[in-house]
Amino acid sequence: MRTTSAPGTVLLAARGLHFAYAAGLPEVVCDASLALRRGTLAALIGANGSGKSSLIRLLAGLFTPTRGEVRFDGVPLHAVEARVRARRIAYVPQATASVFPLTALEVVLTGRSPYTTRFRFENEHDLRVAHDALAAVDAAHLAARSVTELSGGERQLVALARALAQEPDCLLLDEPSAALDLKHRAGLLRHLRRLRDERGMTALVVTHDLQLLDPAFDEVFAMRGGAVVAAGPPADVLRDEVLADVYADEHVRARQAFGRTFVWSE
Amino acid sequence: MLERDVVSAELKQAHARVPVAPVRVRGAGASLARALLWLTLLLLLATVVALWLGYAPISLAALRTDEAARALFFRLRLPRVLLAGMVGGSLAMVGAGLQALFRNPLAEPLTLGVSGGGALGASVAIALGAGAKVAGVPFVFLAAFAGAGAAVVVVYRLARTGAVVLPGALLLAGVVLNFVAASGVVLIQYFADYSRALQILRWTIGSLDVVGFDLVWRMALFLVPGWAVLLWMARDLHLIAVDEETAASLGVNVRRSERLVYAASSLIVGVTVAVGGTIGFVGLIVPHAIRLLFGEDVRVLLPCSFLLGAAFLMLADLVARTALGTGELPVGAITALAGGPVFLWLLRRQQRLAAM
Repeated sequence: MRTTSAPGTVLLAARGLHFAYAAGLPEVVCDASLALRRGTLAALIGANGSGKSSLIRLLAGLFTPTRGEVRFDGVPLHAVEARVRARRIAYVPQATASVFPLTALEVVLTGRSPYTTRFRFENEHDLRVAHDALAAVDAAHLAARSVTELSGGERQLVALARALAQEPDCLLLDEPSAALDLKHRAGLLRHLRRLRDERGMTALVVTHDLQLLDPAFDEVFAMRGGAVVAAGPPADVLRDEVLADVYADEHVRARQAFGRTFVWSE
Repeated sequence: MLERDVVSAELKQAHARVPVAPVRVRGAGASLARALLWLTLLLLLATVVALWLGYAPISLAALRTDEAARALFFRLRLPRVLLAGMVGGSLAMVGAGLQALFRNPLAEPLTLGVSGGGALGASVAIALGAGAKVAGVPFVFLAAFAGAGAAVVVVYRLARTGAVVLPGALLLAGVVLNFVAASGVVLIQYFADYSRALQILRWTIGSLDVVGFDLVWRMALFLVPGWAVLLWMARDLHLIAVDEETAASLGVNVRRSERLVYAASSLIVGVTVAVGGTIGFVGLIVPHAIRLLFGEDVRVLLPCSFLLGAAFLMLADLVARTALGTGELPVGAITALAGGPVFLWLLRRQQRLAAM
């Protein structure tokens, strides 16, 4: 099903999505729409409970919307077989803490499972892809280490490498930097930018790190009450009146200095 | 700064300084083939030893000439060794599967209360009349299967809150379920008539005493499909063991995998409990030995646990039937004696990991 649409065209689109965890429970996603263009690095922001994590899971095909539709490369996502989907879209959860001491390479190799059959193990090619994926995030030295011994930042790199081993067109990351320190947050962002610049990777990142958005990201989607209420280049979304609305907080300030936008709440 | 932190900081610096040579890692396929070869050899060896030794060692010459020796060998010893192998392999593989599914290294049929549920079901069946069959299937199999299945559902429902299965709650629920099931068995025994109570008592102690192949074949009829399902699910279980949500994003239907593994595990544990009573900790000791020997890949772990589990229980049963000279020890007591310390060691290791 791989088609080659030009850069800048819409790769992943959501229209009028609704979702509740169970019938009778309040909707966590309520009429959400967004269009993610190919080759862009986009951020999904919003207050806690605004529906960011649910929306990104809907986009990843992990949840099925109660109403509305997700289209990937023009095809309805629900019509795509799960394993085929996993070759195009890779999802990285907030934190992965394996209880079993697998090596980092073994974890990255699980990203090859959409390409192997049930009783065929990974071959030389898969091993090479996995090694390359680790190298792409500067984590080749972790290959033989047990993931239970790694720091939070290192584990996040391994999870990203696993996603890259899927050779996807699109990365969906749910708060990848939540548990990381300043240096590792910047490092992760550098990797994402490099993947965009060198491979034309499309990525959507759920984040609370408003300081890092401008100028690193191409596009920002802001959610409130389960809907996407603002979308555009960082400089357009990171403005006092928009953020005050998104976070329901009139004390939020956004100011430009040193070629970037700083955001804080008084 | 603790000494441990200093050491790990130094290690990290060392990592940063030394350019690391590309690691040559053997693919999981090759490591499975190697492991299966060694374990098959081990299983053959265990089979020979278990067949040869016993209350009366049997020589090949006697088998050719002596009618009584032949009867002993084919009617008693061979079926018993075969039964021990099937039960041991079953319990070990189910243990490995449950550990992966629940992402809990301490999970196994006994600690999750699945054996207890099966035992309660089987006791009910024996009290009502052990010989009964439903469509050619021993009623005791069906009852034990139902009991084990109910235990799985109860334990899982109790331990699962939203998207996470709480590891502590899972084991606690299992322990409590075992208590409840054990008192249920005692009550049934108390109210059952004398001969059946004796039957239940003999069965709860757990023994692989068997005469002829009839029961062995009938068991195989149930176990083989269970084994097949677990092996079929090996890849999905491997992905789930790493991370459930990631597994789903990689195309695994996690809910369906859960249901299939529950059904297969309940069937296998139910049938083995119905025949051999509660034999604990095989599903704990064996998979962890395999992990130490051959690594964490669940696709390697499941078949290897089966082979080692079979060898392990054959030998444990050999100890059970020879240690006293005359008479027999319950094989469940021997596996528990070996497994208890392993459980405690794992618990302690896990706590250390959590503290890090």
